[in-house]
Amino acid sequence: MDVLCFGLSHQTAGVALRERFAIAEHELGEAARRLGTMEGVAEAVIVSTCNRVEFYAASKEPSLAFSALRQFVSERSASDMAEVAAFYQSSTGSCARHLFRVVCGLESMVLGETEILGQVKKAYSAATSHGSTARHLNKLFQRAFRVAKEVRTHTNITRGSVSVGSVAVDLAEKIFGQLGSCKVMILGAGETSEQTARALLSRGAKSIIVSNRNYERAAVLAAELGGAAIHFDHWDKQFDDIDILVSSTAAPHAIVTREKLAPVMQARRNRPLFVIDLAVPRDVESAINELEGVYLYDIDSLRTLSERSLALRRQDIELCESMIERHVEEFSDWLAGKRSRGVSVDAMPLAAPVSES
Amino acid sequence: MDRALLVASTFCFLLGFAYTMIALGAGNYRHSRFNFGAVALGFALQTGFLFSRGHALGRCPLTNLFEVFIFLSWSVVLLYFLVGPAYRLSLLGAFTSPLVFVFQIFALLALRDVPGAFRAEPNRWLELHAAISIVAYGAFALAGVAGAMFLVQERQLKTHRLHSFFFDLPPIHDLGIAINRLLLIGFALLTVGLLAGFAVRLDWVKVSWGVGVWLIYGAILQAENWKRVSPRRVAQLAVAAFAVTLSTLWGLNFMSSPARF
Repeated sequence: MDVLCFGLSHQTAGVALRERFAIAEHELGEAARRLGTMEGVAEAVIVSTCNRVEFYAASKEPSLAFSALRQFVSERSASDMAEVAAFYQSSTGSCARHLFRVVCGLESMVLGETEILGQVKKAYSAATSHGSTARHLNKLFQRAFRVAKEVRTHTNITRGSVSVGSVAVDLAEKIFGQLGSCKVMILGAGETSEQTARALLSRGAKSIIVSNRNYERAAVLAAELGGAAIHFDHWDKQFDDIDILVSSTAAPHAIVTREKLAPVMQARRNRPLFVIDLAVPRDVESAINELEGVYLYDIDSLRTLSERSLALRRQDIELCESMIERHVEEFSDWLAGKRSRGVSVDAMPLAAPVSES
Repeated sequence: MDRALLVASTFCFLLGFAYTMIALGAGNYRHSRFNFGAVALGFALQTGFLFSRGHALGRCPLTNLFEVFIFLSWSVVLLYFLVGPAYRLSLLGAFTSPLVFVFQIFALLALRDVPGAFRAEPNRWLELHAAISIVAYGAFALAGVAGAMFLVQERQLKTHRLHSFFFDLPPIHDLGIAINRLLLIGFALLTVGLLAGFAVRLDWVKVSWGVGVWLIYGAILQAENWKRVSPRRVAQLAVAAFAVTLSTLWGLNFMSSPARF
């Protein structure tokens, strides 16, 4: 019995092609079950995220299984075989190596991102609950989750944040701990400030206020984020009530000055203020960082932090790969042992669904 | 025999400290059972030493400066176990280890250990006064440790240097709360300790010193509660006040003849 991988990802296909073959999360289990009934396919798991669509299968006849996979993909997406040719395929050790790299975030668009592990766990659980996995894929996926845990524990591959939004969120947590009581204000409804606000909200920020020169734009964004909009002339009146300020206006000069902020900080009675200045030219006077309890980060300092994190992650790629290689060898040995003993898949018990951790 | 327990305990704290430093240096510190286990074992051995010594003396083992330092170290760890986990401050334990290690190694190497050097008749009020006061100083010591952590973290955030050795320090908000609670606990215990001390006759030097420490910490807490000082200033004061307390505790021994060990 071999394990096989058949798929495409952001590295091999554009978004237009990926979205044609994408499978909705709620359909993954049923699709895997149907794939498992095709000729040559004994077990199946389907992973479908915005960056990849991958089919994992266990088969005694790999060439038959790959044909079945091509047919399945083509029929499902009503595509011709030329498009299906864009799919990569691998088997045994290469397949295991690929899956291990995927769950460790080495194949992700953002190196070391951790969301993919959860997505693969969900895909595996869906397949397991639809009865489309048995001994071989259970072993492969559970080994993959073990590798991911080991790599996360012993390397820096997930350390730090590598996007401006996530760096800002991490910094907010270094200042405030839990963000549950934090109020956020957005000045200027730009794309990066919106992403940063969304990141803060996703980590539990209590509320959000949006202020923009164009009030309608502020109102629309506030409605999207579940916050309140205020007129741009009044933003500084809310200052003593907020904890985090995200500023990205198109003002040609600093609008948050030390002179304006110093009396506000006194009135805040030692509550810290985290100021994120994403604007160029900058909206916030750098001198405010000298005020007690004020933590100012501009776009350059956030980028520097994210680049350092990325560099730290890159340093550990080799270490991750050596850990993965050890597991690939162990898995390949196990598979070879099973093959030489001629153990029947039907005789193998199903493993319990993997728990989210 | 009891000193062997203490040496083993000191080794445990050294081990916990070394493990943390290696993990921080490698940039992958995580709350581990090993580190917690080392501190817990060190604490158990400290407790064993104090129990054994107290049993032999037939009184609370606070009869010489050596025992005072060990009791103080024990109090620091006890308070860490009570306060640290409540504020998700696992690293506070890691930073407690070196302080406790230094106290114990200093006591073992530099202080004469003559059990029962303090020859006053056993007195419940006196023992209550001494024991509670030292647990209070343990709380102040831990507040000092949390204060040092706050200052390092605050400096990192201000200067944008977050990839240093101390990347994993807890949030300053959590550290600020922990400092406040530890100062409050210490202050409340010291108040009880002083009141118990007034029930027995003590020399004026020791009473003045105890009241002086009580006033210093009372002033810090009052300033904080009235929001007169920033959390950073409170952290600085927590470190400075403990440094002053510790150094004067040492000096007090030479000034106060009735209480000299």
